[in-house]
Amino acid sequence: MRHITVEPPPFFHRGPSPLARLAFFGLISLALLFADTRYRYLENIRQVAAVVLYPVVRAVELPGEALGFAGTYFSSLRQLASNNAELRTQLLAQAPAAQGYPLLEQENARLRALSKVEARFHGPATAAEVLYTGRDPFTQKVFVNKGEAAGVLPGQAVIDELGVVGQVTRVFPHMSEVTLLTDKDQAVPVKVERSGVRSVMYGAGTGRLPELRFLSPNAEIQQGDRLLTSGLDGTYPAGLAVAVVASVERETGQIFARVTCKPLAGVDSSGQLLILGQATAAPPRPEEPAEADAPRKGRGRRRG
Amino acid sequence: MRRAKVAAGDGVSMATMFTAARPEEILLPVKPWFVPVTLFVGLMANMLPLSGVVLTLKPDFLALVLLYWCIQEPRLIGVGVAWCLGLLMDVADATVFGQHALAYAVLAYAAEYFRRRVLRFPPWQQAAQVAVLLLFCSALVALVRVVGGAPLPRWTYVIGSLTGALLWPPLTVLLQWPQRPTRSPGEF
Repeated sequence: MRHITVEPPPFFHRGPSPLARLAFFGLISLALLFADTRYRYLENIRQVAAVVLYPVVRAVELPGEALGFAGTYFSSLRQLASNNAELRTQLLAQAPAAQGYPLLEQENARLRALSKVEARFHGPATAAEVLYTGRDPFTQKVFVNKGEAAGVLPGQAVIDELGVVGQVTRVFPHMSEVTLLTDKDQAVPVKVERSGVRSVMYGAGTGRLPELRFLSPNAEIQQGDRLLTSGLDGTYPAGLAVAVVASVERETGQIFARVTCKPLAGVDSSGQLLILGQATAAPPRPEEPAEADAPRKGRGRRRG
Repeated sequence: MRRAKVAAGDGVSMATMFTAARPEEILLPVKPWFVPVTLFVGLMANMLPLSGVVLTLKPDFLALVLLYWCIQEPRLIGVGVAWCLGLLMDVADATVFGQHALAYAVLAYAAEYFRRRVLRFPPWQQAAQVAVLLLFCSALVALVRVVGGAPLPRWTYVIGSLTGALLWPPLTVLLQWPQRPTRSPGEF
C-alpha cells in the first residue's frame, strides 16, 4: 500500500493503524495490571464478570457430568451387589468400634471438661465439589461449587477426607476460589504430632513441596512425622492433619534446618471438599504493654 | 456463488475435504456469525475442568482460534477484539487483570504483521510459525507474572504452546470447512 500516494477511497479506511491500537490497548492493560496487583481496585468488576461467566462454566461441565451419570447408571448389577456385600462385612467389622464410640465421646467430653480444653471442631461445614482447577500455572487454586449463596466466607479452611487442602480466598455468588496449601507462601500454622514442636508450613509453588521455615537445626523433628494444624491462627481448627515430613536436612553451616513436607490431602486430586465454618470467634487481642515498651526502650538506649 | 470456484478441475473429493485449502484456492466468504461462535467455543474449551497431565498438555484454545481469525480475517478480528477476549480470560482464570488482555493484544498485532508470510506456507510449516507466536504470547504472560512477584514457571509451561501449534493444521481444516465450496464446477 505504500506506493499509493493519493488518498485511498473511503471504503479502504480501517480506523487507526494496528500499531496505534496495540499501543492504546497495551497501555490500558498495563494500567489494569498495575491497578490490580497494587491496589486491588478491580474486585467488584471481577465479581460481576464471574456472575456473567457462571452459566458458561456450568455448560462446559454438563457433558462430563452426563457421562459420569451414564457410567454409574450402567455399572453392572453384579458389581453393585458385590460392593454391597463387601460394605456389609466392613460395617460388621467396624460395629464394635462404632458401638463403643458414644461412650468414648462421653468420656472424652468429661475429660476435656475436667482439663478445661476447648472441644475440637464441631462447627457448621459445607460440602463442596471442585468445579475446575485454576488454569493459571503460577498459582495453585481450585474453584468449588459453593459460594456466597451457601454462606461461604473468605478465609474459611477447606479439608478433604485425609487432611487440610487450603483456604477460601475469594467468594463469588455461586462459587468460590480455594487457594491450595502448595501455593507460593500460603501459610498454615502446624505442630509436629509426635513432639509438639510448633512451626508454620509455607507453600513453595507449583511442583515443589511445602517447607517449614525457621526451625532450628536441633528441633525435634524427623522424616515421617505427621504435622497437625496447631489452631493458633484462628483460621484452621486445631488437630487437622496437614502433611508428613518428607525430608530433614540439618547442615551445620545453616542457621535453620531445611524441612520439606508432603501434604496428606489429595491437594490436587480430590474432588469432594468440606469447607469448615469459623469454629469460634477469635478472642480479642490482648493489650500489649510489653511490646509497646520495647521500642521505647530501644530508642532510649540509642539516645543514651 | 460465482466467487466460489475450485481451482482443481474435478469436483471436491473426500481427500481434499480433509486437507487445508491451497493458497490458490478461493474460499467462500466467512459467515459473520461463525467467527464469534468459534471464539466462544474456544473460550469454553479453555474453561474445561481439567487437571493433571491433561491440563499441562492443554493448549490455549482461545489464543489459537483468535490467531486463526486474525490471520484469515484481519478486518473482522483485530487487536481490540483480542484485548476484550483477553479480559474475559483473565476473569475466567481469576488471574491478574490485564495479563491475558495484554498478551492477546500483542498476539493479534503479531498475527496482523506476519499474516501474509504465514499464509504462503503449507499447514505444517505454518504450525512452526504459530508455535513461535504462541510461545511469545505465553512468555509475555510469564514476564508479567514474574515481574509481579510470582515464581518462575516450570519447563512444562511451554508444552501448552507446542500442542497448540500441533493442533494448528487440524484447526485450519476444521475452521475452513464451512468456507470450502461444496459444489462441483459443473453445477455453475
